Amino acid sequence: MRRALGMSLWVAMVSAGLAVFLFLPHFVSDFHSRDLAQAGAFFIAIIGLDLLTGYTGQISLGHGALMAIGGYTTAALIVHEHWRDVWTIPLAGIAAGIVGFVVGLPALRLSGLYLALATFALAVAMPSLIKKFSGLTGGSQGLQFLESSPSQVTGLSGKVTVLGHTMTQNHFLYYLTWSIGIVGLGVAWLVVRGRGGRTFRSVRDSEIAAVSSGVNLAWTKTFAFALSGVYAGVAGALYAIQNEIVNPLSFTVSISILLLVGAVVGGLGSLSGLVLGALFVEYLPTLSTNVSTREGVPDFIYGAAIIVVMILLPTGAGGLLRRLARPLTTWLYTRP
Amino acid sequence: MLFAFDWTQLAQQTVIGLSSGGTWALLALAIVLIYRSTGVINFAQGEMAMFSVFIAWSLVHHGLTYWAAFFLTIAISIAGAIAVERVVIRPVEQAPVLTVVIVTLGLLFVVDGAARWFWSPETRTLPNAFSTSPITIAGVAFSWQDLGNIAVSLGLVVLLWGLFRFTKLGLALRAAAVNPDESRLLGIRVSWMLALGWGLAAGLGAVSGMLTAPALASFDQNLMQPVLLYAFAGAVLGGIESPLGAVAGSLLLGVFVNLVGTYVGWIGTDLRLPVALAVILGVLLVRPAGLFGKVSARRV
Amino acid sequence: MPRSSLLELEDVEARYGQMRALHGVSLEVGEGELVAVLGPNGAGKTTTLRAVSGTVRRSGKIAFAGKSIARRSPEAVARLGIAHVPEGRGTLSELTVAENLRLGAYTRRDRAAVREDTGRVLAHFPWLGERSDQRAGTLSGGEQQMLALARALMLRPRLVLLDEPSLGLAPKVVAEIFRIVRELNERDGLTVLVVEQNANLALDSSSRAYVLEAGRVALEGTSAELRRNESVRRSYLGY
Repeated sequence: MRRALGMSLWVAMVSAGLAVFLFLPHFVSDFHSRDLAQAGAFFIAIIGLDLLTGYTGQISLGHGALMAIGGYTTAALIVHEHWRDVWTIPLAGIAAGIVGFVVGLPALRLSGLYLALATFALAVAMPSLIKKFSGLTGGSQGLQFLESSPSQVTGLSGKVTVLGHTMTQNHFLYYLTWSIGIVGLGVAWLVVRGRGGRTFRSVRDSEIAAVSSGVNLAWTKTFAFALSGVYAGVAGALYAIQNEIVNPLSFTVSISILLLVGAVVGGLGSLSGLVLGALFVEYLPTLSTNVSTREGVPDFIYGAAIIVVMILLPTGAGGLLRRLARPLTTWLYTRP
Repeated sequence: MLFAFDWTQLAQQTVIGLSSGGTWALLALAIVLIYRSTGVINFAQGEMAMFSVFIAWSLVHHGLTYWAAFFLTIAISIAGAIAVERVVIRPVEQAPVLTVVIVTLGLLFVVDGAARWFWSPETRTLPNAFSTSPITIAGVAFSWQDLGNIAVSLGLVVLLWGLFRFTKLGLALRAAAVNPDESRLLGIRVSWMLALGWGLAAGLGAVSGMLTAPALASFDQNLMQPVLLYAFAGAVLGGIESPLGAVAGSLLLGVFVNLVGTYVGWIGTDLRLPVALAVILGVLLVRPAGLFGKVSARRV
Repeated sequence: MPRSSLLELEDVEARYGQMRALHGVSLEVGEGELVAVLGPNGAGKTTTLRAVSGTVRRSGKIAFAGKSIARRSPEAVARLGIAHVPEGRGTLSELTVAENLRLGAYTRRDRAAVREDTGRVLAHFPWLGERSDQRAGTLSGGEQQMLALARALMLRPRLVLLDEPSLGLAPKVVAEIFRIVRELNERDGLTVLVVEQNANLALDSSSRAYVLEAGRVALEGTSAELRRNESVRRSYLGY
């Protein structure tokens, strides 16, 4: 009886979420739905980061660099190879996945902070690497989609027609990004539930115990890195498509940091709160700018907000949600 | 031609490398200091040092000489960092490492934002601490500035070594870092020792920044970002648990990066950061404990 | 009964997280006494010492020289002259023997007296002088235990809390340590509260003793009385 109630509550929550997803763009300005689309890109990257950091315990401060791989793959395919933007997304995911795999190899021997340091160094060094290969990346100018044809680039097309529905490009970007995000969340859920999740978590909690219970440590860690890279790459591709430009400043260290902050705020090791993490990453800079646009003040506020959140909510919003929901779930899942 | 090899240039470039390596060493030492006492890497260390440089710049612009500003800035930096530790780090002292790391990342934004807020974003210069005229030793011309940087860096390292080796306070700092529970039983205020560690680290960072800035044609708020990365690389190279290792690692790295930049044309000056990244990754892969660190069993 | 009492515990409770380890312990240590605490594993012996030094969450009345210390931090308790030698020795492993001794007197400002005390301590443990530059972590277990005791003396303590000094040590070493403790107590009038599994040794050295069981004081009396007690003999002395 209570179980059935719990199920229906769950169904109700999921449908409410889907309803918000479907109708939200119609309640905000067209311009604003592009912000929401960008939040969707962060959402995807954060899911990937949560799989890596939250589930296998590998701290990455270099996810901005993986996003850059995705973003530049998309941009290069559009500008140099004249692909349609949407079709570049899978390739961007694969490219970043491969790089994630390669980054994951040294990660096998590093734990905790050493890995954070190495990935941080990757994020810091990325812009100068991008500038060095200017033939492919356009150097510090970056790659602009403006000169590409509207049939290639959503952002230049004005209206988009999908399955008979015509919508503005911003709505299209919103639906595209969040649909991919929802699929990504579903895939992540399939990965972490049951055996896969147990394997991931056992690596996080104790490597030696994991190995002695038959977990292939090397495979699990690099797989998590590669998978996380795919998410980051897809996010980077969407980010590039939304902004119609990539340059070395598109994917700075700040993004890498913010993604980790977003994952922590969303609640590491759980998938339920990650939307909040994405909204935090997207809107914190904007909100800080609203307070004052004076040089430096937004950064100041934003850093202070991160610190305050960490002090008040060390387990993130996800942890808070779980704590608040615990009485309810306990009631639902215990027999009277 | 082998005989055409320019030994003078090699000597000069080595000294230049030691000079920048020395300034990195101070920041590396700051990172190691905090890592040893709290097990956390302070990602805001570079920005805090940058902030110190701007304080020094303001002092100089109010008419102080370089050296007066130098010492005053160190004092302000130490006091400021102690205050920051008490306000920001102390509440998360017992929290998981990742939480503390993120707090230091938040601090990075705060300090950077504050520096852009208080000081407009134009580029600035800091007067040279040492004469810019060259000095000729054994037929090779060196700059006073490079030699001065090396002297100040190494002098500070020796001073710090003396503090930790011979003073009761230094011993207490070391004891609090390694055996906090036992130290408490001796009456050592461990939590304050951590704050003091933050202060010392900020003082080191301030010196690192104040030596780095005059060597550049001009600087802005991004001044210490590359230095932080080099310091990370130097600390990792020497072993992040070992203070003397971090110094040696940074000096080695300084010479290495500079020589590679001079003799490998393809790398030049614009790929120096990736070289540092490569050093970090290479060392972590081949010998995670660093050149001078102890290889310890991994904790379960 | 104790002469003028130096340490007084009344109804002290202590807990680790949710788990209660002491359920109201009362005991007393007089000036110049050597008092032992006996009991099985998990009875709360170590916790009792930790409640005094403030390294566990505690409540109840704890008075030292008439002053309440129940709310004081470990640092503050140490500053009052209580030296706690924890279980597992608690030497500062990275520091040398000489540095350990120096930090034993960390809170003291009287340099001349500290120098004098260093001499006295080295008279008790002459080998420490020869090893002064050796790192504490590289000493043997027995040596570390003696170093921890020596370091405690450097505080010029009014009370020493000694936790299981015999733990993991060879009988000969244990006998030597207890000989020194007894000597310090009898000759220098040092007040000691010692927790010890080895009941024989503890009752031989002490004037009075408490037996803890499941977080409470089960028995107390002079050591001679407890030695004759039937249940003490059966449970702890083994005859």
